[in-house]
Amino acid sequence: MVPFILIVLIIGSVLFHIFTPWYSTPIASNWSNIDSTIELTFWMTGAVYVAVLGFMTYCVIRFKNKEGQKAAYEPESKKAEVILTVLTTIGVAGLLAPGLIVWDDYVSPPEDAMPIEAMGQQWYWSFRLPGKDGILGTTDARNINADNPFGMNKNDPNGQDDILIEGDDLHLEHEKPVKFLLRSIDVLHNFYVPQFRAKMDLVPGMVTFYWIRPTVAGNYEILCAELCGVGHHAMRGYVQVDNADDYQTWLNDQSTFKALQEQARLEDKKELAFNKSK
Amino acid sequence: MSESIIPESELEEVELYHAKSWWTEKVFTQDAKLIAIQYGLTAFAIGFVALVLSWFMRIQIAFPELSIISEGTYYQFITMHGMIMVVYLLTALFLGAFGNYMIPLMVGARDMVFPYLNMVSYWTYLVAVLVLFVSFFTPGGPTGAGWTLYPPQAILGGTPGQESGIILMLVSLCIFIVGFTMGGLNYVITILQARTRGMTLMRMPLTVWGIFTATVLALFAFPALFVSAVMMLFDKILLTSFFMPALVEFGENLTYGGGSPILFQHLFWFFGHPEVYIVALPAFGIVSDLISIHARKNIFGFRMMVWAIVGIGALSFIVWAHHMYVSGMNPYFGFFFATTTLIIAVPTALKVYNWILTLWKGNINLTIPMLFCLGFIVTFLNGGLTGLFLGNVIVDVPLSDTYFVVAHFHMVMGIAPVLVILGAIYHWFPLITGKMLHEGMGRFHFWVTFVGSYLIYFPMHYLGFIGVPRRYYEMGQTEALYTSSAADLNVFITLAALAVGFAQLVFIFNVFWSAKRGIIAEKNPWNATSLEWQTPEQPPIHGNFGKELPVVYRWAYDYSVPGAEDDYIPQDVPNEDVKLADGYSELGVEKT
Repeated sequence: MVPFILIVLIIGSVLFHIFTPWYSTPIASNWSNIDSTIELTFWMTGAVYVAVLGFMTYCVIRFKNKEGQKAAYEPESKKAEVILTVLTTIGVAGLLAPGLIVWDDYVSPPEDAMPIEAMGQQWYWSFRLPGKDGILGTTDARNINADNPFGMNKNDPNGQDDILIEGDDLHLEHEKPVKFLLRSIDVLHNFYVPQFRAKMDLVPGMVTFYWIRPTVAGNYEILCAELCGVGHHAMRGYVQVDNADDYQTWLNDQSTFKALQEQARLEDKKELAFNKSK
Repeated sequence: MSESIIPESELEEVELYHAKSWWTEKVFTQDAKLIAIQYGLTAFAIGFVALVLSWFMRIQIAFPELSIISEGTYYQFITMHGMIMVVYLLTALFLGAFGNYMIPLMVGARDMVFPYLNMVSYWTYLVAVLVLFVSFFTPGGPTGAGWTLYPPQAILGGTPGQESGIILMLVSLCIFIVGFTMGGLNYVITILQARTRGMTLMRMPLTVWGIFTATVLALFAFPALFVSAVMMLFDKILLTSFFMPALVEFGENLTYGGGSPILFQHLFWFFGHPEVYIVALPAFGIVSDLISIHARKNIFGFRMMVWAIVGIGALSFIVWAHHMYVSGMNPYFGFFFATTTLIIAVPTALKVYNWILTLWKGNINLTIPMLFCLGFIVTFLNGGLTGLFLGNVIVDVPLSDTYFVVAHFHMVMGIAPVLVILGAIYHWFPLITGKMLHEGMGRFHFWVTFVGSYLIYFPMHYLGFIGVPRRYYEMGQTEALYTSSAADLNVFITLAALAVGFAQLVFIFNVFWSAKRGIIAEKNPWNATSLEWQTPEQPPIHGNFGKELPVVYRWAYDYSVPGAEDDYIPQDVPNEDVKLADGYSELGVEKT
């Protein structure tokens, strides 16, 4: 009974892995190296899993209690322990080394990556693009009010042409590397698109980052991956990866900080005039 | 492994405190064995609450259309489930219950060195449990901040239980730590100072080594949690800004400013990672002893096992930030913490090898405790190997905060240690109650628990591969990710979880039924060598040993020694008293 169930469990686990319908979504970014390190880890750990459990099952069959059988008396074996230590160390190093190389890539955005800010708040996403100057203006959570939801510093010249997208989809240009600058104005969030394989927390009080290069055009869901209160599971958004033409069309429809401020001022004036005329 | 150096006793024995009334004997008891049972029953009671919470969570995940609980309740339940299981159940059971019962008996002492402090430790723990439990009934209910209690979210309005639940949680943790510190100092000093004559450190059973090292870890790790709890209480009540930067809550600018949410995470995991080993090391120790006893063979590589426990304990203090790879901390930390984390895999792997090499050439009795040990090896190996995914920083990036993590830590620090606890209860129940647990119910309990848990958590990893985030009240419409087959998988997992839950009800019934009507256990029913089975009475009475404390002549693993008639030699039997097998002139020496 015991060995039988152990054997079913080992074989079942391997078959499950081979035939599972539940595996990574099709990748849509440059991080195929991450998938490769996962595959490598799977093969190595899977082999160890089968080998160790197989050996254990063999022992249970071979050395099950029998009349007149006596266990061996064998306190330790230096040789066996040294061999196992060395083999394990080599295996672990074989997993770690490629992992660290890819991590080095992950934390080193290319020079030409476009900075895009993803801003999280309970429970939706907003985005900010740097505009023509390529530089994002500075912000401060203390500046935030109804007229200035991003907390922009109004006197910063770099911020005037920033493109603001509040609570709407983000578009990216196909094959153009992007450095996401992540900012939260309330609690922790996490900017996670499964098809990009990348994620990082948003932490109020600081700006975090990661970079990707979108490789497949399409529409992808953003999922918040850090518990952020009762609306956590509903904090979704979309990233649309466009070809160059569609991206330009979309970009031309967006408003800059300056334009939005002008608009707000005009509306204020109108309201004032309207009130006076009454 | 038997030596004849038995030191003279250095001190006169001190008379134990003798209870004068029923109250001081049974309730406010100073006997470590009764305190252990009090700890155990309290931990199981609150643990049962956490188990029931998980049923609601699983039903919600599998059948979101029923909306059996609201969003807020869901987050409150996951929080309480996690915190209760990790701190109030596992830590209290391994150290408070097994520590108290086993340490004095296994090292040959009459009791803990500070019995009064030991009693206060339990009652403080009980207060902590009650304070936590009360939060279910306060306005706003318990906190729903997730068991990690990350600020700023933990103390702000978007999180359920921010009225009073979070305050009660933090206060309860502080009380728990005060209670634990009293008990923990007791365990350490008892092991260092109250061992009987001949019980050298290297003759202690691995159970004691595991509990000892875990207690030392806890004494260093819990203060980090204590200070972070106090600082967060200040942030919540006095509006200080230890962990709170300038922020905006639903359009309103708050007065906080200048604090660091990441600082809390560092403090939390400086406690939280050693906490994993506070739970794992006693399990390692106990499972080593159980395998050795039920395979009738000495544990393989005993000295390596001891050094592995100590080494893992030390390393566990420099790996904490592997919980924070995607937290936004300086990304260059990733290189350091990935390296230390994978280094810790080496001594851990050696332990697994040694358990299996203990089975090799053994004489394996497939008793219920041994079945639980085999179940432990399977689940621990599984959870350990998935740790190599999450510990390797870049592999963690796509998997972090998904169901892969949930499956990993339930396998490695949920199911694996719980299987050890259950196996240990089947093993020591005859010692504690004098009765055997019912065999049939026991085997049913094992198979449903082990196979059921495997069916819950093995496929759950694959939800993580798809990218399903953890802590989601419902997935909603997300075809690219959460296909209808993934939803079906969640239904299957829920059914398996309910079956495992049912098996625990059978176990609870078995414990109470057998304690009353079970078969009377024979003395030392498993033929074990360690001192707890060598007491004059079974169950041992107040003071544990008879008039004279036992003297120890050998390690705890003299099973199947060549030349001995029996297949075990108790630790308190000198070589000259061992009955020799036919054809031997002394142990290990055949007649010529």
